[in-house]
Amino acid sequence: MSDRTLEMNADTAARAAGGEASVRDFLALLKPRVMSLVIFTALVGMVAAPGGLHPVLAATALLCIAVGAGASAALNMWYDADIDAVMGRTRLRPVPRGAITRGEALAFGLILSAFSVLTLGLLVSWAASALLAFTIFFYAVIYTIWLKRSTPQNIVIGGAAGAFPPMIGWAAVTGGISVESIVLFLLIFFWTPPHFWALALYKSDDYARAGVPMMPVVAGDRATRGQIWLYSLILAPLGLLPAAVGLGGPLYLAVSTILGVLFLALAWQVRSGEGAVAAKRLFAFSILYLFLLFALLLAEPMMGIAPFASLLGGVS
Amino acid sequence: MVQDRRDDLPQEKDETFFKRRRSRSIAIALVLAGLVVLFYVVTLVKMGAGIFNRAL
Repeated sequence: MSDRTLEMNADTAARAAGGEASVRDFLALLKPRVMSLVIFTALVGMVAAPGGLHPVLAATALLCIAVGAGASAALNMWYDADIDAVMGRTRLRPVPRGAITRGEALAFGLILSAFSVLTLGLLVSWAASALLAFTIFFYAVIYTIWLKRSTPQNIVIGGAAGAFPPMIGWAAVTGGISVESIVLFLLIFFWTPPHFWALALYKSDDYARAGVPMMPVVAGDRATRGQIWLYSLILAPLGLLPAAVGLGGPLYLAVSTILGVLFLALAWQVRSGEGAVAAKRLFAFSILYLFLLFALLLAEPMMGIAPFASLLGGVS
Repeated sequence: MVQDRRDDLPQEKDETFFKRRRSRSIAIALVLAGLVVLFYVVTLVKMGAGIFNRAL
């Protein structure tokens, strides 16, 4: 046996035993990019909520929500290590790369989950803490372990996990759930299918190789394009709803109308079968769409633009 | 019991192993210290300004 082979065997043995990972590997386990989106939407939920929260408590809530999101990402990478290893997009994640063992990822995810949920409950709000716990459970167990490998509707139902952060932010301030926070939830919930299916349209080979029953793999491109169009038809008017429930003002209404029309136009191009280019364009635009809508809800109060009176009257 | 040396690793891998373990330990220490500070500051915030208003 050559020296190189011996070295590789020793390396593999060490990795199997664990303890080789750097701090950076553990940080990668938290999916920092997804985490930043979670922080952003949770912040919007907090700012949009009536009432106020001390800045220290608000920062604490955001930290807990971010760590909770990171914990669920670590649990996702623990369970999905086998399919991550065969997909081009995910094969360099810490577990398939061999930098972190599955056991380490599981322990890391569980410890962070417990810390984030308990800290949020003890320091800020038990209602927000319960929602965070449910979000982690939903993402790790309902989506990752159950739905992802069993149904092409995986990201439709699983999308709820990504839609909870603004509700958690809202609950951290108000101590509960209301129609307005449910509207923010629905916005992300109905945005998720066209967003992920647009990606899946041009990454379907990857999903097929991993055996993940994404819509294009199971039902084909044509059916997926039709579904994207249907969900976009629901999403575009939903984008206006924050203005109707007293979260957004005139600027929000104007921009969300334009963005909704653009979203529909791009979704129509995808439906018409204009290939991977149209799907890539919709995928990229969908990120901008959600970012701009939430950024406007954040910016309007700072610009001194008052929201419309809620059509719901005093109901909340 | 903490293992002092990994017999299954060549010398240079051994050094990397200990270096990484040290940096992980430092990171855990920083996180725990951060938690202590966080709970301390939030306690002050929750008690409010009244914390300074007491007989000496």
